[in-house]
Amino acid sequence: MTTVQEVQERVHIPLVHPRLPRTAPVIVAGIAVALGLLLLVLGMGLVPAVVIAAVAHLVVLPLWSVFVEGRRGATDRMMTGLIWATFLVAVVPLVSLLWRVVAKGAGRIDGTFLSYSFFKTQVDQPVGIYHAIIGTLIITIGAAVISVPVGVMAAIYLVEYGKKNKLAKAITFLVDVMTGIPSIVAGLFAFAVFTLVFGPAYVSGFGGSVALSLLMIPIVVRATEEMLMLVPDDLREAAYALGTPKWKTIVRIVLPTALGGILTGITLATSRVIGETAPLLLIAGATDRTNMNPFDGAMTTLPVLIYGQNLRGDAPAEAIAWGAAFILIIIVMVLNLVARIVGKIFAPKKG
Amino acid sequence: MTAPTAEIEDQPADWASVRGGIGDRIFSGAALAAGLTILAALAGVFIFLLAKGATGFSKPAGVYGPHAESFLGYVFPLLVGTFTASIIALIIAVPLAFGIALVISHYAPKWLSAPVAFVIDLLAAVPSVVYGLWGAFFLAKKLVPMHDWLHATFGGWPILGALFGEPSTAGRTVLTAGIVLAIMILPIITAITREVFSRTPRLHEEAALALGATRWEMIRMTVFPYSRSGMVSAVMLGLGRALGETMAVTMVLSVGFDLSWNIIAQSSPTSIAANVALKYKERSADLLNVLVATGLVLFLLTFLVNFAARWVIGRSERRMAR
Repeated sequence: MTTVQEVQERVHIPLVHPRLPRTAPVIVAGIAVALGLLLLVLGMGLVPAVVIAAVAHLVVLPLWSVFVEGRRGATDRMMTGLIWATFLVAVVPLVSLLWRVVAKGAGRIDGTFLSYSFFKTQVDQPVGIYHAIIGTLIITIGAAVISVPVGVMAAIYLVEYGKKNKLAKAITFLVDVMTGIPSIVAGLFAFAVFTLVFGPAYVSGFGGSVALSLLMIPIVVRATEEMLMLVPDDLREAAYALGTPKWKTIVRIVLPTALGGILTGITLATSRVIGETAPLLLIAGATDRTNMNPFDGAMTTLPVLIYGQNLRGDAPAEAIAWGAAFILIIIVMVLNLVARIVGKIFAPKKG
Repeated sequence: MTAPTAEIEDQPADWASVRGGIGDRIFSGAALAAGLTILAALAGVFIFLLAKGATGFSKPAGVYGPHAESFLGYVFPLLVGTFTASIIALIIAVPLAFGIALVISHYAPKWLSAPVAFVIDLLAAVPSVVYGLWGAFFLAKKLVPMHDWLHATFGGWPILGALFGEPSTAGRTVLTAGIVLAIMILPIITAITREVFSRTPRLHEEAALALGATRWEMIRMTVFPYSRSGMVSAVMLGLGRALGETMAVTMVLSVGFDLSWNIIAQSSPTSIAANVALKYKERSADLLNVLVATGLVLFLLTFLVNFAARWVIGRSERRMAR
C-alpha cells in the first residue's frame, strides 16, 4: 500500500517555480544607476560610467536569478536585458546626430541664409543656400514627375493585368533587386547616358532627376503594388457587374480606394531620394548661382552643398554645412509627417 | 464542375472589353509599357555602364595612377576597402538589428512597439550626407580614445593584434566608417527581420510556452527556426546596402593605399563607391572610363548579393505558402 504522502514524497514536482519579485528589474536598474552616478562623482567619464552601469545591470539581474529561478530563468533574464539594450544602443547615435544638427545648425539659420545664394555681386554680401534649396526642389520634382507615372502604371500592370504571369513575376523580382542598386551606380548610369549622347562636359539638373528616378521608381512600385492588392475584389466585381470597362474600373474605383496609401508611398519615396548626394555629384555638378533651368548647366542641391562645404573644412564652411543639414533634415521630417497625415486623411472609410 | 465556372468567369471580361474597346487597349498598353520600362532601365544600367566603361578595363598603365598598373591592381584595394568597411558594419549592425526586431515583434508591449519602429524608421530617413557630416566632424573625434583603448588592450593579442595596430590620431579610420555604415544599414535589416519574426505562427509560440519554455527559449525554438531564411536574406540585403553606400565612407575615411589588416590605421584603402565620388572631379576622360568600369564591378556585385537575398526570401515564401 502506498499512501498519498509516499507518492508525494517520491515525485516531488512543485507546481510553481520560485520567481524573482516583479520589481526585481527595477531594483537592479536602480542599483546600476546609483553605481553609474557614483562613478561619475568619483570622476569617471560619462561614456565609461554609463557602460559600466549597463554591464552591471546585465550581470547582476541574471546572477540573482540563478540563485532563485535557476539557470534557464537566468538566461531568459539576461537575453531580455540584452535585447532591450540593442534598442537603447541604436537610439544613442540618432539622438546624438539630431542634437548635433540642431545645436550647430539652428543658430546659422536666418533670413539671408535662406534667401541669398553663394554667388556674390558685392564684396560684403552675405551668403546663403537659396540656390541649393531651389536646386533640390527642381531636381526632386523632376524625379517625381518621371517616377510616379512609370511606377504607378507598372504597379497597375503587376496587380490588375499581369495577374502572376511570367513577365509580372520577373518584373516584381527585378523591382525588388532594383531597390538595392547603389545610388552611385545610378549616378554613373545617368552620367554614362548623358555624356554618350550630349558630349563629355554635360551637366544638368535633369540628368540628376533621371538618376534619382532610377532609385525612386522601385519604391513607388512596391508601395503602389501593396496598396492595390489591398483593394477588395468585391469592388472590382461590382463595377464589372454594372458593365464598367476595366480601365474605368481601375481609374474610378481601384485607384481612389488605394489613393491614401499610394500618396503616402510617393511622399516617402520623395523623402528618400531628396537626401541623395552621390548621383548628383556626378551628373548635376555644383554651382554658386541660382539655376532655374533643369536642362542646362550645373545645379546644386542641399546634400551636394553640404558635401562641398565639408570638403572645404574651414569654420564658416562647417557652419554653413550644419545649417544646410538642419534645413535638409527639416524637409525630410516634414515629408515623413505629411506622408503619415495623408495616409490618415485618405484612408478608406470603414463601415 | 470546373469547366462551367471558368466560362462564367471569362464572360464578364469579354463583355466588358467589347464595350471598353479602345480605352481598355490603350490603358493596358500603357501599364505594360511602364512595366517594360523598368526592365529596360535595369538592362540600360548594365549596357550603358559597359558602353562607357569597357575601355576602362584595359588602359595604358599610366592611367591607373601612381599606385597601380592594371585595372585589377586598381580595383583590388578598392574591393578590399569596400568589403572591410561592409563586414565591420555587418558585425555591428546584425546583432543590434535582430535585437531591435525582437523588441518590436515580441518584447515591447503593443502600445510601445509602434513608437519603437518609428524611431528606427527615423534612422532610415536621415540623409546619408548628414551621417557623413556627423561622422566626420563629431564621431571620429569622439572615437579616438576608443581607438587607443582597442590598441592598448588587444594590440598584443596573437590574431586580434593584427586588426588593432598603431591607432589613428584623427579617428577617421575604416572602423569609424564601418560604425557609421552600421547605423545606416540598421533600419533595413530591422525592417525585414521584424516582418518575418512577427509572421511566426501564434500556435507554435503558444505550444512552446505551454510546455514551460521561458520567453527566450520560445524564441529560440519557434521564432528563429521559422524565420531563418528571412534573417539570412535580411543580412544579405544589409550587405548590399553597405557595399554601395557612398557618402559615409567618402566623408569619414582618410584614404591610403597600403593594404594592411589594421582597421584603426591612420589611413586605409577606400571603397569603390567612395573612390568614384572622390575622383570624378578630375574629369580626365581616361580616368572617368576607369571609374565607370569600377562602377560596373560594384553594380554586378550588389546585383548578385541582392539577387541572392531576394531568391532566398522568395523561396522561403513559397515553402511557407505550401
